[in-house]
Amino acid sequence: MSAYDGLPGEWELVVGLEVHVELATATKLFSASPNRFGDEPNTNIDPVTLGLPGALPVLNEQAVELAMRVGLALNCTVQPCTFHRKNYFYPDMPKAYQISQYDQPLNVDGFLELPGGKRIGIERAHMEEDAGKSTHAGATGRVHGATASLIDLNRAGVPLVEIVSRPDIRSADEARQYVNELRAILVAVEASDAKMEEGSMRVDANVSVRLPGQPLGTRCEIKNVNSVRSVGRAIEYEARRQIDLIESGQSVRQETRHWDENDGRTHTLRAKEDADDYRYFLEPDLVPLAPSHEWIQRVHHALPPLPAARRAHLATCTGFAPDSEAVVSVVERGQDHYVLAVGHVGGDPGRALVYVKEAFADQGIEPAVPALDIAALTNLEVEGTITATQAKAILADLLANGGGDPAAIAAAKGFEALDTSALESVVDQAIVEQADAWAKFCAGDGKAMGAIVGAVMKATQGKADGKLVTALLNQKRA
Amino acid sequence: MSAPGTSAITAAEVAQSVRNGATTAAAVLEAHLATIAAREPDIHAFNLVTADRARERAAHIDDQVAKGIDPGPLAGVTVALKDNMCTHGVPTTCSSKILEGWVPPYDATVVSVLQAAGAVVVGKTNLDEFAMGSSTENSAFGPTRNPHDTSRVPGGSSGGSAAAVAAGFSQFSLGSDTGGSIRQPAALCGVVGVKPTYGYVSRYGLVAFASSLDQIGPFTNTVADSALVLDVIGGHDPLDSTSIPKAHPSLVSVLDQGVEGLRVGRITDLPAGADPDVQERLEAAFDALQSAGATIVDVQVPAFTFGLTAYYLIAPAEASSNLARYDGVRYGLRVDAPDTNAMYGATRAAGFGDEVKRRIMLGTYALSAGYYDAYYGKALKVRRLIHDDFQRAYQHADVLLTPTSPSVAFPFGSKGDNPFAMYLCDTYTIPTNLAGHPGMSVPYGTGADGLPVGVQVLAGTLQEPTMFRVAAALERSLGDSK
Repeated sequence: MSAYDGLPGEWELVVGLEVHVELATATKLFSASPNRFGDEPNTNIDPVTLGLPGALPVLNEQAVELAMRVGLALNCTVQPCTFHRKNYFYPDMPKAYQISQYDQPLNVDGFLELPGGKRIGIERAHMEEDAGKSTHAGATGRVHGATASLIDLNRAGVPLVEIVSRPDIRSADEARQYVNELRAILVAVEASDAKMEEGSMRVDANVSVRLPGQPLGTRCEIKNVNSVRSVGRAIEYEARRQIDLIESGQSVRQETRHWDENDGRTHTLRAKEDADDYRYFLEPDLVPLAPSHEWIQRVHHALPPLPAARRAHLATCTGFAPDSEAVVSVVERGQDHYVLAVGHVGGDPGRALVYVKEAFADQGIEPAVPALDIAALTNLEVEGTITATQAKAILADLLANGGGDPAAIAAAKGFEALDTSALESVVDQAIVEQADAWAKFCAGDGKAMGAIVGAVMKATQGKADGKLVTALLNQKRA
Repeated sequence: MSAPGTSAITAAEVAQSVRNGATTAAAVLEAHLATIAAREPDIHAFNLVTADRARERAAHIDDQVAKGIDPGPLAGVTVALKDNMCTHGVPTTCSSKILEGWVPPYDATVVSVLQAAGAVVVGKTNLDEFAMGSSTENSAFGPTRNPHDTSRVPGGSSGGSAAAVAAGFSQFSLGSDTGGSIRQPAALCGVVGVKPTYGYVSRYGLVAFASSLDQIGPFTNTVADSALVLDVIGGHDPLDSTSIPKAHPSLVSVLDQGVEGLRVGRITDLPAGADPDVQERLEAAFDALQSAGATIVDVQVPAFTFGLTAYYLIAPAEASSNLARYDGVRYGLRVDAPDTNAMYGATRAAGFGDEVKRRIMLGTYALSAGYYDAYYGKALKVRRLIHDDFQRAYQHADVLLTPTSPSVAFPFGSKGDNPFAMYLCDTYTIPTNLAGHPGMSVPYGTGADGLPVGVQVLAGTLQEPTMFRVAAALERSLGDSK
């Protein structure tokens, strides 16, 4: 259970997430301008992006294909679909309407499986175009109180997929797992770089609370949640706010709220009654989209192995649980191939998983150390030639130098496993030195063992095998 | 006719003379510019005459001919463009104050295609603001006058383009037809006007009024010229997703095929309201086609009568969305105000005329939550009915014949205070747009006060070849009777 999950009393949290993802296409959804982050403002523009009179949208086939990949990876049905106009005035929305999908989206009825096996329903994953980016100059950085607003239309028309979950999420921790898993899937299918900090993945959370067995409570939509950490914090804050309201006899008002990262609170953005009437209607400038069965099959078959399958495979090969932290984080980093490669060249996959999990966080998908060297290192440890502590030191050396011969490094460092009789005399010496600790340990205080092990390690300069020391101590106490 | 020395020959003849060196594009252009100089002050067909650019173009074409390069099937042929088609570097106003100062950075597809075929653009013609109207009285820059009687309207919304051809200001012109905006002014100005099948001609660069109805088409002196122009501008455009993705058969090649054996439909449940002089010319047209070998058959199109009502929900609904981009943020008029919403309001209040505002309000209402089903949603169902009723009629008839306009050209101001009276001008043209079918108006003699009367030929989807055969037969019959 995470720190986020401590709801008071019997309250149950109900969360649905709407995640906007920018697709990694070469060009925009409806025009030939580049889809590129970080360029000079207002350079990736054209008559369509600017909403110039007479300009018409033409659907980007690559965007459709990437959106289909997302849908298929989320176990959705890909169906014939249409585009609608969502009408509203805003300075960074050049046509004063957004082309989106409404009652006939491309992908429907899927699910995402969390690492622990729970399925979160996916209601839909539809295509739409992004708006431009407004920067509000002034003290607050927000539109209220701004002295001027700057508009960059490079982002306008960038293809998005909006992935709408069902309200199946029951804790802040599940919400974070969902976002992490979704991001891993999006990256795996190469649909998006899914970077929350660059805005290529944006999460809105629909949050409500209820007592068990009660119907769904009134929900609030939380916007501006810009990191996985914020997803958990914002949901937790919002749930407590709603519970406080209800428990003090007030009611939750349906509204859109803004998450403020700095004060750790949500604030009213607009009430439901102030919500725009978007006057959706079928976009007359586009024709219906009906991906052929062949196209859908081709995309489906070309999907790479997804994180869940990769976790299962890695778990089988290493003996770890599929939702263990090591398996989850290594797959998330895309380093599962590397761990398996260590196994393929004769190393121990379980030890390799531990090394990679602990020491490879800043290595990419292709770590700089040859898999063969790591394989040799795992074998030295498994054979008992060196201890886990020594292996760690050698690993640091391999990482620093981009590889090397672990046996040679061990020799150079003077690492050799003490034989049991030599170790036993060191242990006996330590028991004498740490008589108080020994007495406590014998009286049943397990923690007291630490002082004795520490003394052994000190005496052997870390060469002792911790497990062996523990075993000897237990043996001697018995 | 009022066009000295120009309308007597066809576009094909002009192009041929320019291509073979018998005349020059420059000489053709100067004749038109002289006519413009003489009569434009009385007519006001143009928002802008682009004489300098036209002279450069004409010189370029003559240069090509001199070098043995063929400038194309419209070599040296002059064209006037309705001022809702984007022209690179030339202001495009839609006859609205809200586009003040805007110069498009790109050409509409039809403009590039015409230029590639050797045509010479002489100017941008007046229209009802954003193509909303039937008299060209709704222009922010003042009305266009009918060359046949300058106390009367030329029709609309493409009144400037119709008048330009009728007055001999250009060999042909392009208009756009959303509910009759090519065919009705063509009838009132005594020229041929064609609204092709939806998707026949690219809309890319046509400033949208109602996207699902808008279609570009020509105004010409003869049926053959319209066929020639459509053969050039018709076809698929990858920049317009609604353009039909296939090549169209040549219309020029079918003109002489006659109407022997064709079934010409008379809609027996057509809404009443056409003036007797107009009705008389329609009967003459039926007689002429029968004499030419066609069979006249009776058909019903029951939903025809609901066209006007459905149209005035669908077109304004789309317009309310299409015109939302004129917000003062990026281009055109901006009226400054303390905050963004106030700026939108002030800009749009100052920039749009009454008829445009009326339709934006109507359309916004029709799409609003709680009203959508009763208005816009129902109108879409009626649209489907109209389409299906036409389809049934076309099982019995190859083409249908109706009046184009209920009356000949009317005096200025005669309908100005009653929007609905103006809307009735399009009773006979609107259902075709809703069905997406082609229709054209062919001048067929004169009615009251010696003013032109047009007869409308309607056909099913992509049945332009049949429609043109009938139109050509009507035109020939008029020649025979003269």
